[in-house]
Amino acid sequence: MSLIHEIDYGTPASTSEKLVTLTIDGREITVPEGTSIMRAAMEAGVEVPKLCASDMMEAFGSCRLCLVEIEGRAGMPASCTTPVAPGISVSTQTQRLKDVRRGVMELYISDHPLDCLTCAANGDCELQDMAGAVGLRDVRYGYDGANHVAARNNGDININWAPKDESNPYFTFDPAKCIVCSRCVRACEEVQGTFALTISGRGFDSRVSAGMSEDFVSSECVSCGACVQACPTATLTEKSVIEIGQPEHSVVTTCAYCGVGCSFKAEMRGEELVRMVPWKDGQANRGHSCVKGRFAYGYSTHRDRILNPMIREKITDPWREVTWEEAFAHVASEFRRIQYQYGRDSVGGITSSRCTNEETYLVQKLVRAGFGNNNVDTCARVCHSPTGYGLNQTFGTSAGTQNFDSVEHTDVAVIIGANPTDGHPVFASRLKKRLRQGAKLIVIDPRRIDLVRSAHVEAAYHLPIKPGTNVAILMAMAHVIVTEGLANEAFIRERCDWSEFEDWAAFVSEPYHSPEATEAYTGVPAELVRGAARLYATGGNGAIYYGLGVTEHSQGSTTVMAIANLAMATGNIGRPGVGVNPLRGQNNVQGSCDMGSFPHELPGYRHISDDATRETFEKLWGVTLNNEPGLRIPNMLDAAVDGTFKGLYIQGEDILQSDPDTKHVAAGLGAMECVVVQDLFLNETANYAHVFLPGSTFLEKDGTFTNAERRINRVRRVMRPKNGYADWEVTQELAQAMGLDWNYSHPSEIMDEIAATTPTFALVSYDYLDEMGSVQWPCNEKAPLGSPIMHVDGFVRGKGKFIRTEYVATDERTGPRFPLLLTTGRILSHYNVGAQTRRTENVVWHPEDRLEIHPHDAEQRGIRDGDWVKLASRSGDTTLRALITDRVAPGVVYTTFHHPTTQANVITTDFSDWATNCPEYKVTAVQVSPSNGPSDWQRDYHEQARQSRRIAGKLEAAE
Amino acid sequence: MSAENTNAKLIYMANQIATFFQSQPANEAAQGVATHINKYWEPRMRRKLFEHIDRGGEGLNPLVLEAASKIRRPEAA
Ligand code: SF4
Ligand code: SF4
Ligand code: SF4
Ligand code: FES
Repeated sequence: MSLIHEIDYGTPASTSEKLVTLTIDGREITVPEGTSIMRAAMEAGVEVPKLCASDMMEAFGSCRLCLVEIEGRAGMPASCTTPVAPGISVSTQTQRLKDVRRGVMELYISDHPLDCLTCAANGDCELQDMAGAVGLRDVRYGYDGANHVAARNNGDININWAPKDESNPYFTFDPAKCIVCSRCVRACEEVQGTFALTISGRGFDSRVSAGMSEDFVSSECVSCGACVQACPTATLTEKSVIEIGQPEHSVVTTCAYCGVGCSFKAEMRGEELVRMVPWKDGQANRGHSCVKGRFAYGYSTHRDRILNPMIREKITDPWREVTWEEAFAHVASEFRRIQYQYGRDSVGGITSSRCTNEETYLVQKLVRAGFGNNNVDTCARVCHSPTGYGLNQTFGTSAGTQNFDSVEHTDVAVIIGANPTDGHPVFASRLKKRLRQGAKLIVIDPRRIDLVRSAHVEAAYHLPIKPGTNVAILMAMAHVIVTEGLANEAFIRERCDWSEFEDWAAFVSEPYHSPEATEAYTGVPAELVRGAARLYATGGNGAIYYGLGVTEHSQGSTTVMAIANLAMATGNIGRPGVGVNPLRGQNNVQGSCDMGSFPHELPGYRHISDDATRETFEKLWGVTLNNEPGLRIPNMLDAAVDGTFKGLYIQGEDILQSDPDTKHVAAGLGAMECVVVQDLFLNETANYAHVFLPGSTFLEKDGTFTNAERRINRVRRVMRPKNGYADWEVTQELAQAMGLDWNYSHPSEIMDEIAATTPTFALVSYDYLDEMGSVQWPCNEKAPLGSPIMHVDGFVRGKGKFIRTEYVATDERTGPRFPLLLTTGRILSHYNVGAQTRRTENVVWHPEDRLEIHPHDAEQRGIRDGDWVKLASRSGDTTLRALITDRVAPGVVYTTFHHPTTQANVITTDFSDWATNCPEYKVTAVQVSPSNGPSDWQRDYHEQARQSRRIAGKLEAAE
Repeated sequence: MSAENTNAKLIYMANQIATFFQSQPANEAAQGVATHINKYWEPRMRRKLFEHIDRGGEGLNPLVLEAASKIRRPEAA
């Protein structure tokens, strides 16, 4: 093993198809037109010295180190800013060049501290490398003159010196070491798109500063780390590197936070993780990442992690630590007893969207082959199940249509019910880059999300809909497109069922769907809707990206179908730059759905009633499979209350916190006789568990995650599981204890089984993934390289299907008691229920959940910014602090759900999507009133949680 | 929550499904409801639905009742 060194070509690749041939130091090389001489040289194997250039951003040409000579041209052009030309002959090393470069380096070094031996960047410093490369041997100038290096000059205060900024929890900024190459500034602008950094002053006085000379943590900085990665010196350095030292080997793996699925090099020293560096070859993230993936991995070694299995008789008892053997035997005998006593269908399992494909596959296999029923579900139930249903009905596959690269070809992006800068930050950066190049943006969201207006990005349209009226607004857009003759008839005739289109077109043309008619309940002025519809239909490549604001509604599935209708009607399917793209929440939501986590389907979205599919698995597993669909999570809880469901194995999910109507979840769990929770921490659900099986982190296991673009990425183990077993091993041991003959010795064997049984995965194997880096399913005989874009020559289901989507108002309505609409969301620094991120330094950015309320509504209620307020719905109430802002419209309030003490889901109701039971998180009628502290429920809950976390013989576990 | 409540919830869910299919072309609506319930409802849920229909089906959308003959009736528990 060794450290993976990625080649920095100095400038980005040119996309030109025209080729140019030139000679560099006598070597002939052919490159695309527009390539810089620096990049061409690197491709020819000649590394020209450089400091201000990096291939993550455009050339800048400020350091003057990369000069070259070109035969027949005067002067010494900078190779980073000079493009290649046919037939030129370039020299990178002449006496003249050597002298100039040494002079340049001498100037740099004369204003740079000479503490290389104790510097954190020692061994990983481009300034050091360049001093070596140009043969710098002495520096004629000392620090007596003006400099940025010393705090004091001859006893006087040096006004040019600035102290270290250590405000960011993950990296430091030491201005004394800055060479003002502006790579950080450009990374923040071009790669991240935040524009938090500037260079102030000119010449010798120029310096880097965050925001308006603020410290990093108080500035606009979102801590993505792109600047740290770009910095050639120790000026911007990870605190972990300062503390530990330089890494000695690295392993490529995949982020375990969100559905973007960024690839990282985990840079290690022994089994200690030194830092995570986004991998440039990662095809989802192209060398970029956000604060979570790069920095927020500290939870993996957090002291709250539970490392030993535990058992208890009753949930009011303290936990008792046991051996793994005891735990497995206990679960096996309990589940067998329950099935004997209450019937085969009285137990089930929940797979995790945080675990690997292989682990998910095993849990559903355990349920189907071991428990002998289909009571398996996954937390995708509460987020993207309507996506699967809706896209399957209309297009024939339960997945998004594009890869992330596609956004580079988009002309009009439509964002519906998603907040990419917070939920999918790396995708947001890529989108913002495209918007800065001139693409147009339409945002449909009750709240003014950051993308509506931020640095160098402004939406052409923001349609601030009332929560719950998605279908109405999409129907109004469809109405405009059809009645104004903007539909793409040629596309529809070729790709879709024409008579279904005609039926749909007549339906949407009804006057009651017009923007003017729907304005009354969507709250969006008709002109805005018309403008947005025209722009999407006629503005070139139109791509729709949507999130949980679409799916988590009574009409979630209907909305997904309405989106698909729009894309088909405008011909925006089947090529780069267009498509329908669900932005998946958790890292492996896509994968867990693909792997047969739903109670009605086997891996690859094949219905359980299909005899041929069942037979495939029956032969392999040697069992007879039940051909009836099993229970979904909400149905399991209902059945538990009814007394017919008694045992549940939950891998890596916290349904008590993530599922709606907490009290109902608690009642369901409380009615069960054996709840098994497998997780890193004693999560909220574990308060109701009888068995706790410690889980492992993504750093501790091999496997694969599948991201929102259907990309299967490898997860590679970099350290031994602290709890002793990877999660797939725990499931396997459990299966063995229940008498199943499972003998996987490595997750690759599980993937082989998946490939052998699931046609869309036919060619996937660990060897193939190692070779390709990653592939997007379908990956089989028909698409051996995988499928970056789907429905290219026709829809998977044959003809695209237009489906009527009637708007039906949710039954969750405002009234005198609950006059406001609550909608929920997430923020950048935290992830889902926050179990991991709350156990990292990320808490500096979001120490608590706040309730956003419009100034008008706040004033009416006598609420001031920062006041404690009571938030009540017909389900329950909780308290949190108010944040007064006009981001939300009057009548709408908003909060996140990252902290268990807030318990936002005490408020949410049990209404759910008609097709999939995906809960209606995004609309709850509430009332807000001043309060002086925690509600009774919060107090009771806290006490119950404290009681149930006791471990015999140990001090209380902290939370 | 009681068993009565879960029954009410089941009726509510069936009606939600019917509401969607009501807006579909008339000749497909009942079959749509039945197919949906057959594909996604576990036998216990279908059994409860039939118990309710057999008791007169109070509160159920007429389209659910129309679809009932096409819904697979699970064997008695
Ligand atoms: S961490 Fe990211 S957002 Fe912050 S200054 Fe650096 S590049 Fe900009
Ligand atoms: S902080 Fe680093 S990247 Fe930024 S200008 Fe200074 S040396 Fe260059
Ligand atoms: S959380 Fe998402 S965007 Fe951030 S690094 Fe991980 S995969 Fe990438
Ligand atoms: S690398 Fe070309 S001028 Fe700095």
